[in-house]
Amino acid sequence: MKLKALTAAAALLVAPGLALAGPDDDTLVVNGEIEMVTKTEAPAHMEETGISEIISGWHFRSDETQALQMDDFDNSGMVFADIGMEQWDTVEGSAEKSCASCHDAPEDSMTGVRAVYPKWNEEAGEVRTLAQQINACREDQMGAEPYGYTSGEMANMEALISVQSRGMPVDVAIDGPAQSTWETGKELYYTRTGQLELSCANCHENNYGNMIRADHLSQGQINGFPVYRLKNAKLNTAHARFKGCVRDTRAETYKPGSPEFVALELYVASRGNGLSVEAPSVRN
Amino acid sequence: MAKGVRPRVKVPSSASAGEVITIKTLISHKMESGQRKDSDGNKIPRSIINHFTCTFNGETVIDVVMEPAISTNPYFEFDAKVPEAGEFKFVWNDDDGSVYEETKAIEVG
Amino acid sequence: MEFTRRETLVIGAAAAAVAALPMPAMAATTDELIAEFTGGADVAEGGVELDAPEIAENGNTVPIEVSAEGASAIMVLAAGNPLPPVATFNFGPLAGATRAKTRIRLATTQDVIAVAKLADGSFAKSTKTVKVTIGGCGG
Repeated sequence: MKLKALTAAAALLVAPGLALAGPDDDTLVVNGEIEMVTKTEAPAHMEETGISEIISGWHFRSDETQALQMDDFDNSGMVFADIGMEQWDTVEGSAEKSCASCHDAPEDSMTGVRAVYPKWNEEAGEVRTLAQQINACREDQMGAEPYGYTSGEMANMEALISVQSRGMPVDVAIDGPAQSTWETGKELYYTRTGQLELSCANCHENNYGNMIRADHLSQGQINGFPVYRLKNAKLNTAHARFKGCVRDTRAETYKPGSPEFVALELYVASRGNGLSVEAPSVRN
Repeated sequence: MAKGVRPRVKVPSSASAGEVITIKTLISHKMESGQRKDSDGNKIPRSIINHFTCTFNGETVIDVVMEPAISTNPYFEFDAKVPEAGEFKFVWNDDDGSVYEETKAIEVG
Repeated sequence: MEFTRRETLVIGAAAAAVAALPMPAMAATTDELIAEFTGGADVAEGGVELDAPEIAENGNTVPIEVSAEGASAIMVLAAGNPLPPVATFNFGPLAGATRAKTRIRLATTQDVIAVAKLADGSFAKSTKTVKVTIGGCGG
């Protein structure tokens, strides 16, 4: 189904004044304490996109789903951050260390980390995602087996680390040594793929706020990843979602952890620069 | 014992005698309903938590018979009277015979 | 699992084999389940609060809340699920407000039914239709 047909179908579904159309105006405060920035001015690099305001995926969900994220207990994703904490303290690998051995308590050492990933790693000479860095630490410092890139264990650890940046603005660097990776990611974002010939932009830039069948399209922000999805009742990582989205266009998907998805993650993260880290968030 | 099963409970740390408090409980459990099929088309057998109880100093607050239609990572919110200081005990029973427990003390004053 | 006398007579010698199965040979209908819960007594309409979304964001995890003043038990059924029983909340002597919140799975658009046993021994029920959609690409 080409874009025109898609938009026409979407237009049919979106009646004027329909409450479901477009994001809502609620505010997100977690635990009555953490005020989240869920709407803000689009970063400068998005000038040509026509998007002046970036909006968190939270706004595109039903009231009941939104409510689940407002309390750390109602948010089922948080139990997985707890399990991540157990993993953090577990001694593993030939070096007989745990994450805690070097990094002490995550609330001390990991504050602000999630907010700036993916980022350039000078020693490695590449842009690294949080997942890649977690596995690099495991292999190089702990002598332990890496987590599966989109495994439950990885998601738990990402959730634990993300919690330490909650409420802080996403702020990934797109210039300097990271620039060429960022440009690659940007190109991928706008490339149509698959039998359906859809690019990320077709839905998330040109049609956010519209309905695609019964789904309320968001801007495709990843400030809330890893995300607890009601659909599979577990934490989902960004690359797992990219893979799902590419599959939905009926294309051969890149592998999680691949250079293409790393570049894409950097670019997509940068489209959210300014939004608060919400992870682990709750979505449909 | 099923893997990765973790209970989590939210109980206020103190209350006044006779007060009604709200308790929230969650347990990470797949709740395999018995309706899903594997890649060969065979039904994956049911394996759920089938029972949950909350007692306070031995007296029942709530007793829930759970069926496969309860979502993965079962969540309950309910209210309890707190007549005196004591301990809440939460018990989840798994189809496979495992029993998961959590306790939380509460002060009165 | 309890068998009515009628079922036992009909099934006869096979009753033991059926009892060994993890699932019943025939799923009970919602009427049968309600009758079992009430012992056949009349059920009044209303008097039970049943809170559920009009449209479930995702049928796999639908938040609901049930409450009935002074109830000793509330049974929840999902009329359109392959197996209608969802949960039965039994309130003990230390229950505060007789209410409970949970999250349930709904296979399709259907009626969710809450039946309460009230303090005076009578029964009441409420029904709510919840729409369950198939998502778009992400859903």
